[in-house]
Amino acid sequence: MNKSVLGTLVRQIGTYRWAAVATPVLTALETVADVLIPYETALLIDRGLSVGSMPDVWKYGALMLLLAFLSLLLGVTAGRVSAYASTGFAANLRSAIYDRIQTFSFANIDRFTTSGLVTRMTTDVQSLQSAFQQIMRVTVRAPFRLLLSVMMCLVINPHLSLIFVVALLVLGLCLYLIISRAAGLFRQVFAQYDALNLRVQENVQGIRVVKAFVREEHENSKFETAAEGLYRLYTRAERLMALNHPVMNLVMYGCIIALSWWGAHFVVGGTLTTGQLTSLFTYIMSILQALMMLSMIFVMLTQSAASAQRVCEVLHEEPDIVNPKHPLMQVTDGSLEFRNVRFDYGGADGWQKSRRSALYNVSFSIRSGETIGIVGGTGSGKSTLVNLVSRLYDPRGGEVLVGGHDVKEYDLEVLRNAVSVVLQHNTLFSGSVLDNLRWGRSDASLEECQWACRLAQADEFVSEMPEGYETRIEQDGVNVSGGQKQRLCIARALLKRPRILVLDDSTSACDTATDARIQRAFREELPGVTKIIIAQRISSVCLCDRILVMDNGVVSGFDTHEELLRTNDLYREICALQNADKGDFDVPQTEKGGEG
Amino acid sequence: MRQPQFGGPRDNGPRAAGFQRASKEQRRVMARLFLFVMQNYRWSILVVLACIALSSVTSLASSLFTRTLIDDYIAPLVSSAQPDYAPLAMALLRLGLVLMLGVVCGYTYNRLMINVSQGTMLQLRKHIFRRMEQLPVSYFDQHSHGELMSVYTNDVDSLRQMISSAMAQVFSSLITIVVTFTSMIVLSVPLTLVSVAIAAVMMFATTKLGKWSRGYFRTQQESLAQVNGFIEEMVTGQKVVKVFCHEKQAIADFEVINERLRASAYNANRISSIVMPVNGNLGNLGYVLIAVVGAAIALSPQQLWSVSLGTIVAFLQLNKSFTQPISHISQQINSVLNASVGAERVFRLADAEPECDEGTVLLTEPQGDVDFRHVDFGYVPEKQVLFDININTNPGQKIAFVGGTGAGKTTIINLINRFYDIQKGEILYDGIPIIHISKRSLRQSMAIVLQETHLFTGTVLDNIRYGRLEATDEECVKAAQLVGAHDFIRRLADGYQTMLHGDGGNLSQGERQLLAIARAAVANPPVLILDEATSSVDTRTEQMVQRGMDSVMQGRTTFVIAHRLSTVRNADQIIVLDHGHIAEHGTHDELLALRGQYYQLYTANQIQD
Repeated sequence: MNKSVLGTLVRQIGTYRWAAVATPVLTALETVADVLIPYETALLIDRGLSVGSMPDVWKYGALMLLLAFLSLLLGVTAGRVSAYASTGFAANLRSAIYDRIQTFSFANIDRFTTSGLVTRMTTDVQSLQSAFQQIMRVTVRAPFRLLLSVMMCLVINPHLSLIFVVALLVLGLCLYLIISRAAGLFRQVFAQYDALNLRVQENVQGIRVVKAFVREEHENSKFETAAEGLYRLYTRAERLMALNHPVMNLVMYGCIIALSWWGAHFVVGGTLTTGQLTSLFTYIMSILQALMMLSMIFVMLTQSAASAQRVCEVLHEEPDIVNPKHPLMQVTDGSLEFRNVRFDYGGADGWQKSRRSALYNVSFSIRSGETIGIVGGTGSGKSTLVNLVSRLYDPRGGEVLVGGHDVKEYDLEVLRNAVSVVLQHNTLFSGSVLDNLRWGRSDASLEECQWACRLAQADEFVSEMPEGYETRIEQDGVNVSGGQKQRLCIARALLKRPRILVLDDSTSACDTATDARIQRAFREELPGVTKIIIAQRISSVCLCDRILVMDNGVVSGFDTHEELLRTNDLYREICALQNADKGDFDVPQTEKGGEG
Repeated sequence: MRQPQFGGPRDNGPRAAGFQRASKEQRRVMARLFLFVMQNYRWSILVVLACIALSSVTSLASSLFTRTLIDDYIAPLVSSAQPDYAPLAMALLRLGLVLMLGVVCGYTYNRLMINVSQGTMLQLRKHIFRRMEQLPVSYFDQHSHGELMSVYTNDVDSLRQMISSAMAQVFSSLITIVVTFTSMIVLSVPLTLVSVAIAAVMMFATTKLGKWSRGYFRTQQESLAQVNGFIEEMVTGQKVVKVFCHEKQAIADFEVINERLRASAYNANRISSIVMPVNGNLGNLGYVLIAVVGAAIALSPQQLWSVSLGTIVAFLQLNKSFTQPISHISQQINSVLNASVGAERVFRLADAEPECDEGTVLLTEPQGDVDFRHVDFGYVPEKQVLFDININTNPGQKIAFVGGTGAGKTTIINLINRFYDIQKGEILYDGIPIIHISKRSLRQSMAIVLQETHLFTGTVLDNIRYGRLEATDEECVKAAQLVGAHDFIRRLADGYQTMLHGDGGNLSQGERQLLAIARAAVANPPVLILDEATSSVDTRTEQMVQRGMDSVMQGRTTFVIAHRLSTVRNADQIIVLDHGHIAEHGTHDELLALRGQYYQLYTANQIQD
């Protein structure tokens, strides 16, 4: 764990700081009381029992009882305070991660997977919560107890304590050797886990392929190789760790025997009392316990170090799109211009970089109120292009102008409300239809929502739902069909009353007739809004005012359907393919329910 | 009974502290796991038990030695004028040997338990994987992939702890308690009573705390589930949140439920985190009581019981040995209960019903003549999906299925190779009902290209050869050439030896599809089942993939879910499905002449000018 990870996590303690400080202090005090008890026992034996003085027995007994109660009180308080601090820390940590994600741009989001982010906020935070609690308590207690016990031994008899010092040195060296070697092995174990996971994943996902080709035996043997590899590595690592135990025991037993031998000599020689010898035995036990705890802490910390690392990856991720200092607060019209825009996704490894679509010197301009279609193959840069308009990504070079101003000059919220994007991979949230629509504008009236739905050709099916606009949508819209979901997403975007409306392949699951009705409604009802429609089907765009043809990140043509058919080879090719022999036989979706 | 699952699919969530009672189901699972372990490691376990017993006894011997040391050696030595240390040296040597034995036993059982636990994990993993490979496709429809995957890691792993430490610790704790109790009784009855009283208080306190915390833990799990659900949904829709500038609202909503979780987590945790100090300090209290009571008895004028100084000292340690295992056991019971949830999931997978294969006929020279006779089918008995399907084919024909989503196209092609079994009617392959054909033989006589391509970790060549393991390199290359994948493969960094990772994530969608087609080509079966890609692939790639598909279709009976006019038009038979019924059936021209559903579909997809 490097420093910045630790620093970042410590900052999340926030207002729970006092509890985070109080816990170790209380725990330390508890340990002091705890460690003093055997010392008092020595006094009870020597000054009370050995000389037959009952009052001294009571005196020291009462003192010990007091210490035990004090220790109980301190321990319980420390427990409660630590619970307060650790649960508060976890809540702060979840908040911090969540807030950080909200500041992310699309580029930031792309760097993480959804499940990765969810795991970080749940499992990882949970494991850090318990690690933090353990650190506050055990990590203070164990070394402190070790130190105090050794100190008490020194106080009782410095000569005999030499035994402990030697023993601890030997033990420390052995444990260091074992653990440092085992750590390397454990890293290999984790890597092998990934290999095992991959095998299972492939089989779970591709089970139909496995079965269709009757490859069950083949897969079995591949899996067994991975599982046996894991077995061998893990067994080796654990065997190494298992050496800890005998080493610790040997050292401690050695101490007991040495202590018995020299202790006897010292008692006979009169430099040590029986009571003191007794407490020395107790302290050996106490030291052994502290060591066991330390080795447990080591294992736990290595586990949570990975969690800490993952959590900090999110917290350290710098949002790469931020609001300008003096933002423009109004978008005056829906005109759009690209000036020599360059863009790439800048994936870390070469593969990804080459696989995702970039833009090279894209320039064009669109008047307010035009309807523009965009076509081109996958990876030609269609989605990338429109994502730059509402600053979901920032271009690497050149300028994107909306309403005559660079998008970077606008307040982000103003810009994104003026440029409404219906994403290709869209999501509905759990809540009523109305709740979902009101994402577009929180104070939209029912009439406005109905208006938007009528335009998006969603009003009809929503009205037919059991509770109409109050019908509950399940998480991710699983209870509506793909086409219905797309239309609700369009209606939601319309409620923003945008200057520019972008549909990124947003009607792919609707049949051609619905698609055409939506476009007609747009033409009639939203004349002043600039409409940009990305589509796979030529039929979806051929009625647009102009069509932009993208080809591998450059603009291949930008004109009307008829002109393009005349001048643009690529466009003609696409049309020919779809129109003639190799055309699409996409079938209208049935509206309700899927298969199975 | 199922354990409620909170905190994501696999997070068992924190559990209440203190003694917990195992449910009937949990006890059954434990017993089964125990039997599984015993079956394979009977002798190891016996040796382990013996070693644990020996090492517990030896560690007790070291506690008891303090008494001997003080009463039998130091006391006489102090009183004698000429101290003779020889007997002490002998005693220490004996002690040393006993302790050495203890160390050896301890190490032996640890080593053995590693073999037992890791070996059991290996066997369980192999066992459930073998079983998983035999499960019907429907099983995979009903279980999430994440759920299945974590059985192999999280759930199997949770058993490691349980087998290697919990089983051993519980046993050694029990032995320690018994042996310690016996020696305490022998040494002094009144002091034993003090110890037992303290132990009783400890157990009482732990149980009380456990009961007290249980309600709070339930609340915590509920708020945890709520937070996890919220996070999952919002993070999935994060891009939508951005597009709608919904960040502030999203944060405000989260703050509310996050605070609720914090409060309930605190309530639960504040109780569970005092269990340890309470137990530890009650132990201390016992220590003090023994010292005081012991001293009082020793010094009492009546001398009702004789208690020597050595006895008191030994008792101080015995008391620790007696109370510690009690708190150990309470901790271990908790971890065992947690692990039993994992064990239950492992066994549930191991118990899943494998797909049955009662067929015995082996197809020696399959021709590829597939017929459907009055086939009815539903994934679940309540909901029939296909109704009276009749299809007659001749070897080499191309059959295209068209129809809307939910019409039953995918379902039909899944029946041919018996991914699912039909309820009524029969499907014949070369005149033989497929139910009588061995599944292995049936599936080998047909290849399938799904819309969603799945590749495996390995080289490009390995992936093509997946179609027929004994295919030579040349045959694989030839197949790639046939389907038009050769060109792009050659351009890859290592050509046919390029490693593919994570389902071929480093290839484009179209390229992956071409590999899947090459894989089917290398298998070279008489029947081919194709699910054409929809229009999400761009036109050029589509063309490439289409040519690949066309070339493998040559000379094979092909069932294709068609999305392209060309495929449909060139088909020998077109089957128009509508809500599980065959609505129309014939060639392109025949169906157009009908002016029915097909005609409508066809015209609806024409470009309107």
